[in-house]
Amino acid sequence: MTALRRTLNLARADDVYNAIVDAHKGLTDEQCRDFDARLILLLVNHIGDEAAIREALKEAAAK
Amino acid sequence: MSSYTYKHYPYRRAPELDGKGERRPVVIVGAGMAGPTLALELAARGVASVVLDEDDTVSIGSRSICQAKHSLEVWDRFGIAQRMVDKGITWEQGEVYLGDQAIYRFNLQPEPGHKFPAFVNLQQYYVEEYLYERCLSDPAIEMRFRNKVVGVTPHADHVAVEVETPDGRYTFEAEWLVACDGVRSPVRHMLGLPFEGEVFHDQFLIADVRLLDDLPKERRFWFYPPFHPTNSVLLHRQADNVLRVDFQLGRDADAEEEKKTEHVDRRLRLMFGPEARWEHEWSSVYTFTCRMLQRFVHGRVIFAGDSAHVVSPFGARGGNGAIADVDNLAWKLALVVAGKAPEALLDSYCSERGAAARENILNSTRSTDFITPKFPASRAFRDAALTLAPDFPFARALINSGRLSVPTVQPESSLDTPDRDGDWVGGPGPGRAALDAPIGNGWLIDRLGRDFSLLTFGKDDVGTMPSGVTTVPVVSNGLAWQRYDSRPGTTYLIRPDRYVAARWRTYDPAAVSMALDRATGRSHA
Repeated sequence: MTALRRTLNLARADDVYNAIVDAHKGLTDEQCRDFDARLILLLVNHIGDEAAIREALKEAAAK
Repeated sequence: MSSYTYKHYPYRRAPELDGKGERRPVVIVGAGMAGPTLALELAARGVASVVLDEDDTVSIGSRSICQAKHSLEVWDRFGIAQRMVDKGITWEQGEVYLGDQAIYRFNLQPEPGHKFPAFVNLQQYYVEEYLYERCLSDPAIEMRFRNKVVGVTPHADHVAVEVETPDGRYTFEAEWLVACDGVRSPVRHMLGLPFEGEVFHDQFLIADVRLLDDLPKERRFWFYPPFHPTNSVLLHRQADNVLRVDFQLGRDADAEEEKKTEHVDRRLRLMFGPEARWEHEWSSVYTFTCRMLQRFVHGRVIFAGDSAHVVSPFGARGGNGAIADVDNLAWKLALVVAGKAPEALLDSYCSERGAAARENILNSTRSTDFITPKFPASRAFRDAALTLAPDFPFARALINSGRLSVPTVQPESSLDTPDRDGDWVGGPGPGRAALDAPIGNGWLIDRLGRDFSLLTFGKDDVGTMPSGVTTVPVVSNGLAWQRYDSRPGTTYLIRPDRYVAARWRTYDPAAVSMALDRATGRSHA
């Protein structure tokens, strides 16, 4: 049983993907890291499902 | 320099130096906060003890200053907690700043109806002074100042203790030796026991100063304050208008240089402004470690407090953890010494307080990692939480400037009886600390007995109880009923260390008797 969704959950996937990439445009590596840290904390709290978050951590580390 | 006058306590020639004396039931090494507290707890249960200390005065420097509610409740049994409250600074609120902006405020005791506040800040030397006075007036406690332990030889049923005094050396025997001799524990070294854990390299400067102005009462913690922009600063108020200022200096600071008054003054001037006036009390540059012994009981030698485990100062878990150790140990050791419980009861001291030490180390390490991030990504997440905190309440909860000491949970202890009735929606379950509440004109914690207590709700006569069990009927509905999730008939069995051993929805004498046997190690139901 997995808590983490593996199928598409976005209606406009390309738009969201590019919005994330564009938000990093022109940032230094350090600024990117700080931006991502804020973004992750905001999203993680919104998701609120510890099992899904831990699974995502594991899957991201495995790649 | 110091506003505190150090008393010197009397040295007396030990009778063993003249060939007198006999084997002692309990010898305690170290007269810090834990040793004398243990001696008082044992004396209250009829067990005499000898306390050995290498010097003849109290803690040099303020050291442990945040005395938690649960420690005050322990000391209240010996009539000295109110004195600490009167002398110290009561606080329940704290503020966290990012730069010069307050981003988070917390209240550790948001509801009224407790005899003691969440914290009283009082320098360790006062706590020890009050403890020593109380110990010196108790005929069952022998305080031996300037008696330094230089040798420990464990045997199957006792420990031989070699002691150095101004009049020479003597050896005597203890049925049980309790080492409350601090983080550098000579007893631990003499037994060659490994003390493993994590070493932290960040340096901190403590400056205790008497500020001759108005002082804030609450705890304040700054990340990147304008007066110390690269690191953090913690501020605590203590008795006698003394402030504890704790500056994070980083890894590369020169400790000897930073300790100099001119450098301390420069930092304080930036912090308090051009008009402020102060006098120095005590300064120290420190680093810290989180370590623990694998086991706290080694044959007839028992470790308690910093000798058994040590944490970073963030969270006030050192001194308060030590008091919780001896509170857990005292009643068990008293039963074992009196032959009323098997020695195996002490295994539960090891498992319960070992779990507590691991919990304290976990919390303290997390606070330390938040305050002193070890790698760039760790700092990025820390700063992200700080940056989001003003606008996002969830991020305030992530700010970890120290998770302050509360009684630890002791899940699945062999002494506790798991809930049988499945309809509990609140209240402290087995393995949790009992809660205070107003009862009549007084407090619930004052009604609990020295040994086991039975809280009965809505039932004022439960018939004959086994000896040593104090019955506390809670008749009228009120806060106590809410805090214990009670209905008429609800019954709680409370251990001598004020942890819940068992609870039921109806009073059943046979169940109480079984739970009592289990809680004293006489059976494992």
